[in-house]
Amino acid sequence: MRIIFEKRKSMSRKAMFLVPAGSFLISLILTAILLAIFKANPWATYVAMFKGAFGSWPNFTETLVKAIPLMLTGLGVLIAFRLKFWNIGAEGQLTFGGIAAAWVALFWSPNLPQWTVLPVAILMGMLAGALWAGIPALLKVRLKVDEVLTTLMLNYVAILFAEHLYYGPWRDPKGFGFPGTPPFPEFAWLPRIAGRAHMGLIFAIVLAVVIWFILNRTRWGFELKVIGNNPTAAQTQGIRIARNIMIALLFAGALSGLAGVCEVTGISRRLQQGLSIGYGYTAIIVAWLAQLNPIAAIFVALLIAALLVGGDQVQMMMGLPAAMGLVLQGMLLFPMLAGALFTEYKLRLIRSPKITDAATKQEQVAT
Amino acid sequence: MKKSGRITALAVIVFLALGFFAIQGLAPSTVAAKEPAKIAFIYVGPIGDLGWSWEHDRGRKMLEEKFGDKIKTTYIESVPEGPDAARVIRQYAMQGYKAVFATSFGYMDPMVEVARDFPKVYFEHCSGYKTAPNMSTYFGRMYQPRYLSGIVAGKMTKTNIIGYAAAFPIPEVIRGINAFTLGAQSVNPKVQVRVVWTNTWFDPVKEREAAVALLDAGADIIAQHQDTTEPQKAAQERGLMSIGYDSDMRGFVGDSVLVSPIWNWGAYYVDTVNAMLQGTWKTHQYWGGLKEGIVQLSAFSPKVPKDVQNMVMAKQKEILSGSWDVFHGPIVDQKGKQMVPAGGKMSDKDMLNMSFFVKGVVGKAGQ
Repeated sequence: MRIIFEKRKSMSRKAMFLVPAGSFLISLILTAILLAIFKANPWATYVAMFKGAFGSWPNFTETLVKAIPLMLTGLGVLIAFRLKFWNIGAEGQLTFGGIAAAWVALFWSPNLPQWTVLPVAILMGMLAGALWAGIPALLKVRLKVDEVLTTLMLNYVAILFAEHLYYGPWRDPKGFGFPGTPPFPEFAWLPRIAGRAHMGLIFAIVLAVVIWFILNRTRWGFELKVIGNNPTAAQTQGIRIARNIMIALLFAGALSGLAGVCEVTGISRRLQQGLSIGYGYTAIIVAWLAQLNPIAAIFVALLIAALLVGGDQVQMMMGLPAAMGLVLQGMLLFPMLAGALFTEYKLRLIRSPKITDAATKQEQVAT
Repeated sequence: MKKSGRITALAVIVFLALGFFAIQGLAPSTVAAKEPAKIAFIYVGPIGDLGWSWEHDRGRKMLEEKFGDKIKTTYIESVPEGPDAARVIRQYAMQGYKAVFATSFGYMDPMVEVARDFPKVYFEHCSGYKTAPNMSTYFGRMYQPRYLSGIVAGKMTKTNIIGYAAAFPIPEVIRGINAFTLGAQSVNPKVQVRVVWTNTWFDPVKEREAAVALLDAGADIIAQHQDTTEPQKAAQERGLMSIGYDSDMRGFVGDSVLVSPIWNWGAYYVDTVNAMLQGTWKTHQYWGGLKEGIVQLSAFSPKVPKDVQNMVMAKQKEILSGSWDVFHGPIVDQKGKQMVPAGGKMSDKDMLNMSFFVKGVVGKAGQ
C-alpha cells in the first residue's frame, strides 16, 4: 500500500474557510496541552501573547515594525517560489540592500541634494538586493547550478561583508572602537508613521497589490505561472524561461533589498549588528503559509510578527524560559503549514497489490 | 475565487484576533501604592549558559535576597542585540518597571532611545559608554583578574601556546586578551597567546569550534571571552587545561579548569538598587575592580602548584593596595612599538578605547 498526495482539482468555499480556521484551532489546542504540561495557564498565556502583540497602540506598532521586513522579504521569496526557484537567500539580499543604503547615507550624502538621499538610498538598496539574487539566478539559467546552495551561501557572504564594513573601514571613529557605522544624517532617515513603524509599511502594501496584479492580470504573470507549473509546456509555447527567471529573480531580490533599506534607514539608522535576525528565513514560512499569494502574505506576515512580538510575553509575563517562546511559535505554525498543504492536496491510499500485479504482468510480457 | 476565499479566511482570523485583544487591552491596570518596586533584567543568552548570563542572574537573585518584598525582579533571556531589543526594553518601561538592567553591549543604543521616552524609569546598561540623566553604565575591571589568571597559564603551559576563544574585537575583549597575555608573559616571555574570533557572545557550537581549532594549532591551555563553558569542555576532552571566565567554571567542568576570572555583579546591583529605593540614585559610569569586589579570581584548581598560587596572590595584593595595576609601562604592541613608557600608566580613557594587541598575542585586533 502506498500513500500519495494528489493535487485537488477544486475545493468548496466552505473548506477554504474551515481548513485554515481549523488548523489554527488545532494549533491552539496542541500548544495549550504543552503549556499545561509546563504548568502555565494556557488561556492566560494566550491573552498575554496577544496583548503583547495587539493589546495597546505602542505594542501594535511594534508588531508592525516586525511585520514590515517579513512582508517585503515574503513577497520576494514567493515570486521566486512561483517559478519553483528555491530562493533561500532573502536574508543575504536584505543585508546587501542595507549595505547599499548605508553606503549612500554615509558616503554619497555630502555630494547629493539632501532630499534626494533617501530616494537614491532606496534605489541603490533595491539594485543591490537585485544583484544579490541575480547572481544565483544567472548561475542557475546558464550553468544549472543548484540555487538552494548558492542563495544560502551568499547569505553568509553578505552578512560577513556587512560585518567587515562595520568592524573595519566603516566603523564609527567616535564609537570608542565598538562595531557599527556612524549614525546616518537625519535626512537619510525613513519617516516613521506610528511609533517605530515606518513608511516601509506603505511600500509593502502597495507592492503586494502591484505584484498580485502582475501575477494574475498580466501576460508576464501568466508566463511565470506556466514556467512554474509546467516548464516543458512553457518551452513548447515559446516562453523564454531563462529570461523570465532572471527578471523575476531581480525583482524578488529588489524586494528583499528594500526590506534591508527600510531596516537601516527606518529602524537602526546605522549599519550595525542585528540587521539580519532571520527575517529572510522566516520569509519562507510567510510565503508558504500565504500559499504564494501576495495579498495573503501581508496578513500572514502580520500574524507571524504578532507571534514573535507576543512571544516575548511568554517570558515577561508567564516566566517561562526563552526556549519555550520558540517552541510555542513552532507549535502554532506547524499545524497551519500542514493545513495549508491539505488545502492544495489530498491524501490517497493506493493498494500495492495492483501495482505488483501490473509489474508482474509486464515482466511476463517481457519474458 | 479559490484564492480570494483563503485570503478572506486569513483576514477574518487576523481581525478577530485584533478585536478580541483590543477588548482585553482596554481592561484598566490598577497600580497599588505600596507595590514592590519592579526591576527587570535583559540577558543576551539563556541563564543556563553557566557563564555570562548565569552570573548576572546570580546578581539578580542576590538582590531578591537582600531586599525581600521591597522589590520584585524578573528577567528575559536570549534577547538579540541591536534594534530589536528596543521593543523589549520599552515593554518593561510601559509595564511600570522602576528599573531595567540591560546586560549586553548591543543594547546600548536601543536603551538610550527608550530612556528618552521614560524619564522616570532608571536604566542601567552594562559595558557601554552612553549615558543619560536616567541611564547609567556599569562594568568591572575584569582585566585585573584576567592578568592574574594569565600568570597561572604562563606558568603551566608546556607548549608555550595558549589559545584564546574571543567574541568580538572590541575594546572590552582586546583589553582582556592583553591583560591575560601580560600576565602570562610576566612569568614566561616565550609564551604566545593565539586568538580566534567567533563574532558571537553566545553560540556553544562556534565557541567549541574555536577552541578545537586552537587545540589543533598546538595550544595546551584554552582561555576564553565567551558566554558558555564549551571551550573549557573542548580542552578537557583532550585531557588539556583551561582558564575559565564569567563564573567559576571548575564547578561545571572539573579540575581541568585551573582558575577563572569571575563576575560578582551582586556587589554592584545591591548598591545601585539601594540608591534607587532611597531616591539618591544619580546617573553614573561605574567601573569597579578587584577592590570593589565586582570582579574576582576564583579559587584555584588543585592542579595549580602552591608556589604559582602564592605568586598570583602576591600580585593580587599589589593590585588591591593600589600600588600597581595591569597597564603600567613599559608596554609594547605586537610590532614592538612602545605604547606605554616605563614608569607611565594608561589612562582609563585609553583602556576603554584599546584597539591594539600587546607583544605576545598572535592574531589581529581588528578584522
